[in-house]
Amino acid sequence: MLQILFDALSLGSLYALGALGIALIFGVMRLVNFAHGDVIAFCVFALLWPSTDAMAIVFAGQLPWYLLVPFVLLCGAGLSVLCEIVVFRRFRKANPATMMITSFALGFVIRYFLLMLYSSRPKSISLLPTLSQPVEIFGARLPLLQLITIIATMAILIGLTLFLRQTRFGLEMRAAAENFSMARMLGVRANRVIMGAFALSGALAGAIALIFGSQTGTADIQMGASIMLMAFIATVIGGLGSLGGAVLAGFLLGAASVVMQVMLPVDARPFRDAFVYGAVILVLLFRPQGLIAARGTKERV
Amino acid sequence: MSAVVSETPLAGVVKAAKKPARFSLARRTIITPILLSLLLIAITLITVMTGSRPFNQTVIDVLVRVIFVVGLYIFIGNSGVLSFGHVGFACLGAYATAWLTINPIMKSSALPGLPEWLLQTRLPYWEAAVLAALFAGVAALIFGRVLMRLSGIAASIATFAVLAMINTIYSNWDSVTGGTSSVVGIPIIRTIWPYLIGAVVAIFIAWAHAISRSGLALRAARDEPIAASASGVDIPKERLVAFVVSGAVMGLGGALMAHSIGVVTPDTFYLSLTFTTLSMLVVGGMGSLSGGVIGVVLLSALIQALRWLEAGVPIGESTFAMPKGLQEIALGIIMIVILALRPSGLMGNREVTLPRRNRG
Repeated sequence: MLQILFDALSLGSLYALGALGIALIFGVMRLVNFAHGDVIAFCVFALLWPSTDAMAIVFAGQLPWYLLVPFVLLCGAGLSVLCEIVVFRRFRKANPATMMITSFALGFVIRYFLLMLYSSRPKSISLLPTLSQPVEIFGARLPLLQLITIIATMAILIGLTLFLRQTRFGLEMRAAAENFSMARMLGVRANRVIMGAFALSGALAGAIALIFGSQTGTADIQMGASIMLMAFIATVIGGLGSLGGAVLAGFLLGAASVVMQVMLPVDARPFRDAFVYGAVILVLLFRPQGLIAARGTKERV
Repeated sequence: MSAVVSETPLAGVVKAAKKPARFSLARRTIITPILLSLLLIAITLITVMTGSRPFNQTVIDVLVRVIFVVGLYIFIGNSGVLSFGHVGFACLGAYATAWLTINPIMKSSALPGLPEWLLQTRLPYWEAAVLAALFAGVAALIFGRVLMRLSGIAASIATFAVLAMINTIYSNWDSVTGGTSSVVGIPIIRTIWPYLIGAVVAIFIAWAHAISRSGLALRAARDEPIAASASGVDIPKERLVAFVVSGAVMGLGGALMAHSIGVVTPDTFYLSLTFTTLSMLVVGGMGSLSGGVIGVVLLSALIQALRWLEAGVPIGESTFAMPKGLQEIALGIIMIVILALRPSGLMGNREVTLPRRNRG
């Protein structure tokens, strides 16, 4: 029982962090960022030295953890801000469909850039190997990693909440998410806020890369895609633009996946994801605006 | 090709309302599908005349993509709702044609889970393609009943969920779809004509839908949703009509694609095909049938040129070859540049027509 709970929480953490990264950007510029998943993959590969061999040559992965973690977070934030400056800045006034396709194209560029440097073969990496040892809590044997995942996610969420609620920058960001043009008129710098959102979202992608990379022990250029799909869905069910909703929906999706894995009959288990997607469509039917509807996203006549 | 800007057919219907001449809208707009078909026929004829085999296959790919992109246009262009799920219907169509055309002996060993009557059936490819289109259309009707009640981005993401759902089911239902391993033994059609006919049929279906009552109402709802629903347009219903028609066209495209390569896997019809077809539509211009077709032709030419560079071009004594992966990178960058310069695509909302004398 406890095992299920922890499984659900740790899977949910990944989805929640992913959804948060997408919701942050959507909030300030109405961009559904498809490149997010590839930023995640980039962060994992940043730990390896470029080579097309099947064996991974560790580069930054050898750093002690207190250097490794900031390095990966910085990589994510840096790439994300770079995307904003080079590409998305030119699309501020474009319609959402164009922006979506642009981010799709950008994600494609990042993915094939990685493919060019590292080849498409998945590589095994051992990231922070000490974390895979099991620990015993309340009679359940859990990998230490799972525990750390949950704790780290909680810490990130609390930190982010404090940041958004207590600092001036957070206030500006929330104002921009609610009504961007009004916020600009009241003296919020558009570029600063948007770049901040991209940096935060990129750092979140770095965090996901660390967790996911050490969970699976492989680096694969496709690895961002599956998390991203769930993260998107979580952002929509949570109510687009609503950060709390995104996190809640991420955890719900994680819980739904794990519960279905346990509850479904053995024959139906491979179809677990199909059931999850079906459930998602059902939720959207009853609450098309999402679980927690964000203010300012409803169009006015 | 003389491309002259004309208003969308919607402007025509306002005029026609005063004095409704018979088929006046049809007569005024039919030149667009005719010109687009002529473009495709010209490309096909050139291919047949050169008689080169790899080139033949390339043009077949182009024609199949035209079907896909026209299918996407029918829903996305007319409703303005971005859909990521349509490639799922192509997947349904491809597997349907596989079920119907593979040799019964091979079928019973590879796909033992199929019902008895289906195991015994063996149809010619064109009958199978039509049935595949109908099957995909019915599937679109079922999914659409649910999805079309959503709006905007929620609907887009829900169609994504549909794509992922179809992919998960087809990747895991081993006895019926062969799982992730490829289904082989689909008769390969190497002549180019069936694909040309498919593409032209798709273009005319898209045109007929666009000028139908339902298509006009849907475009009105795309441009002015509130005014349209106030004038009695049932938006979910009109969207559903477009969704079913476009699902069927995608099914046809999927079936023809299966016959052009002879093998199907669920991952053939997943994210990368979604990306390619959607980008062709958006680069060409989401709101325009001509844009879709021209987007396919242009981007296919570009992809082909990049592939050719990747394979290596002899320059003097050395061959110059691009590293692997650069093709996709260049494609992505070119798309971003085009979109940055023309956010509504190359054609925007316009169609190609002949210059008209009496405009006013």
